[in-house]
Amino acid sequence: MAKVTIDGRTIEVPDGTTILQAARMIGPEVAPPTMCYYSKLKTSGGYCRTCLVEVTKGSEKDPRPMPKLVASCRTNVMDGMEVGNITSPKVIEARKGVVEFLLLNHPLDCPICDQAGECHLQDLSYEHGSSKTRTDFERRTFEKIDIGDKIQLHMTRCILCYRCVKVANQITDGRVHGVINRGDHSEISTYVEQAVDNDFSGNVIDVCPVGALTDKTFRFKSRVWFTKPVTAHRNCEKCSGKVNLWYKGEEVLRVTGRKDQWGEVEEFICNTCRFDKKSTSDWTIEGPTTISRHSVISANHYEVFKKPTEFKLNEVKPLTIQEGDKS
Amino acid sequence: MGRKILLAHDHVPGIQSYEVYRKHGGYNSVEKAIKTMTPEAVVEEVKKSGLRGRGGAGFPTGMKWSFLAKPEGVPRYLVCNADESEPGTFKDRYLMSRIPHTLVEGMITSSYALGVNAAYIYIRGEYFYIVSILEKAIEEAYANGWLGKNILGSGYHLDLYVHVGAGAYICGEETALLESLEGKRGNPRIKPPFPAIAGLYGCPTVVNNVETLAAVSFIVNEGGDEYAKIGIGKSAGTKLISASGHINKPGVYEIEMGISVEDFINSEEYCGGMLNGKKLKAVVAGGSSVPILPADKILHLANGEKRLMSYESLADGGFGGGTMLGSGGFIVMDEDTSIVENLFTFARFYHHESCGQCSPCREGTAWMEKILHKMIDGHATLSDIDLLWEIQAKIEGNTICPLGDAAAWPVASAIRHFRSEFEEYVNNPKSVKKVIRMAL
Ligand SMILES: Cc1cc2nc3c(=O)[nH]c(=O)nc-3n(C[C@H](O)[C@H](O)[C@H](O)COP(=O)(O)O)c2cc1C
Ligand code: SF4
Ligand code: FES
Repeated sequence: MAKVTIDGRTIEVPDGTTILQAARMIGPEVAPPTMCYYSKLKTSGGYCRTCLVEVTKGSEKDPRPMPKLVASCRTNVMDGMEVGNITSPKVIEARKGVVEFLLLNHPLDCPICDQAGECHLQDLSYEHGSSKTRTDFERRTFEKIDIGDKIQLHMTRCILCYRCVKVANQITDGRVHGVINRGDHSEISTYVEQAVDNDFSGNVIDVCPVGALTDKTFRFKSRVWFTKPVTAHRNCEKCSGKVNLWYKGEEVLRVTGRKDQWGEVEEFICNTCRFDKKSTSDWTIEGPTTISRHSVISANHYEVFKKPTEFKLNEVKPLTIQEGDKS
Repeated sequence: MGRKILLAHDHVPGIQSYEVYRKHGGYNSVEKAIKTMTPEAVVEEVKKSGLRGRGGAGFPTGMKWSFLAKPEGVPRYLVCNADESEPGTFKDRYLMSRIPHTLVEGMITSSYALGVNAAYIYIRGEYFYIVSILEKAIEEAYANGWLGKNILGSGYHLDLYVHVGAGAYICGEETALLESLEGKRGNPRIKPPFPAIAGLYGCPTVVNNVETLAAVSFIVNEGGDEYAKIGIGKSAGTKLISASGHINKPGVYEIEMGISVEDFINSEEYCGGMLNGKKLKAVVAGGSSVPILPADKILHLANGEKRLMSYESLADGGFGGGTMLGSGGFIVMDEDTSIVENLFTFARFYHHESCGQCSPCREGTAWMEKILHKMIDGHATLSDIDLLWEIQAKIEGNTICPLGDAAAWPVASAIRHFRSEFEEYVNNPKSVKKVIRMAL
């Protein structure tokens, strides 16, 4: 076991736990934001740099601070480690930089983007970014690409988190999805638009933190905040069949995996459940879904939610899960 | 004349061939190590020598070797980093193309020390003509019993391969190199684990620069203590410097560490003074990544003493007033050189070479290039200078691999020492246009 202190709050965790996992165990107030890490995907994380933290004390044995900020999602805790997240001005500054970099080429087309309302980049920008842009250069754009008949890739919005690549490598068979080109010319590609034809390919939509991979069966049907999520399941031979149904009136507009407090699906679901089972009679309804505090569609999100810079540590309450309002 | 080790026989006709190389003492270190020393004893000599990595970071080689994990039944690898792509650095090219056996010999001795049975030379794609030179040397080494099974009847065996990269600077970063060597896209890995624990194919691996490995032969032949006597303080031995820019004699020079920067630039033995008698304006002392220093700062330390060609002396003053020895790419700029145009060239390079994995480097390098481009076109404002400064500060230290830092440092140092020139570009874009662009 290792004792680690994050933003002044101490927790004991098993060896091999990352700083990020330890912070999540303490609670959302001290958990660094993540855009690329996904606990269900091996080797994810390390790319986006939003989860950078300052290690002010390395460990009990070697108390020296670490010379650089480290990616909390890929750095293991040591016994006696002390970490600054929202209490570190360096971290706040660096994170502001990361947000600016991620938005530099982002189209900011939220008004016409299906992800708006549940977009992690929106949250991140609101919480850590600045309201002004400092670039007047033309933004990078790409043509939209269909990945099969159900999924659309809009690279222009992509932040290159690599999550979908990990999904393609780890939970679908046959590697047909990857990154081509280099630097800021990098793009997610299915190698000349070859369809990702696989029972689990739809999960790339759920893991995408932005609106780069969207569900074509849901396209432009509704803003997410006008839909009502319901927890449901069915007997499925391919997956657990545990999903969220998103209703507008009597109509199921889309089916997604169930997301936890960190915006990650609890279990990956198959394409049959996701794309083909869109009537209430296909499902056993469990009840309305609680929306995470983190989501923009939780009521009064931006009034209730404080920016890290406005946080006072003594206001930080002990661990609370899913404290947001039902919508 | 300064002491020569790596290039001691550079003037000998035919030194590229096995016979001539052998006649001048070549492969003696292999014989000495395998016949008379244990692998541990060789590592010990390298530790004593104080040899530091010549690839850029200057990490003590003996210490790096002693970190190599040695689990039972798992192969270990030695990989020579011959990707040499840093602008201003061309010393490995010189050494490999002229005296290829010196690298082969160093690699055999080093492999023996590390208990390695398969070693690789990862060479940059543009050095295709050196590939055949190296392959011929390796063939000759096999034919003469220095490579292959049962070397010198000792039971030790070693295979040495040349692997050609496809022309990416990022593949010089050791973990990107390993990915590329494994046949994958050359993206740097997220560390830890370090290669000494999990490197090539997940096995313990040492990655060393060409010059580092070539120096091992002398250390084994003459002893680590003998090597440590050469040079100055913790900068032991000799260093190959790639000298370029506005000097009379650009080229590759082997220097004994500790000579003064001034002597290096002005002496007939090395750079031969400034081209056309112009005044020195600035130097990038260790390859494009290291901070640029104006003439007064590169020639003298803050206390007025002469700055020396050594790891410590070049770094004296920290990042505010010093620089780094880096890979030894010594770029000299005369009074007519435009710092801004030169920086633009560097920025374009880093943008082009960023692998794109992490957001600060991927987006930041592109952004900096665009702003500098705008500046050269005469459309920038004063606030763009501050913006450049802030962008580099947000990249530095926040990336997966040091390419981000390498892109940030030149920008930071150019603004720090030559801010008025940036302002000239903003205020007076017309007159500033006449300035000559730096030719690398
Ligand atoms: C972007 C980048 C490029 C690099 N290119 C080279 C190179 O071309 N040759 C080299 O020897 N080291 C290069 N390095 C340093 C290597 O990562 C590594 O530190 C070195 O090969 C270790 O060898 P040494 O200890 O003998 O110096 C590069 C590092 C970075 C971050
Ligand atoms: S710093 Fe640049 S080159 Fe290095 S991993 Fe990040 S994006 Fe790639
Ligand atoms: S979440 Fe840790 S680097 Fe992206």
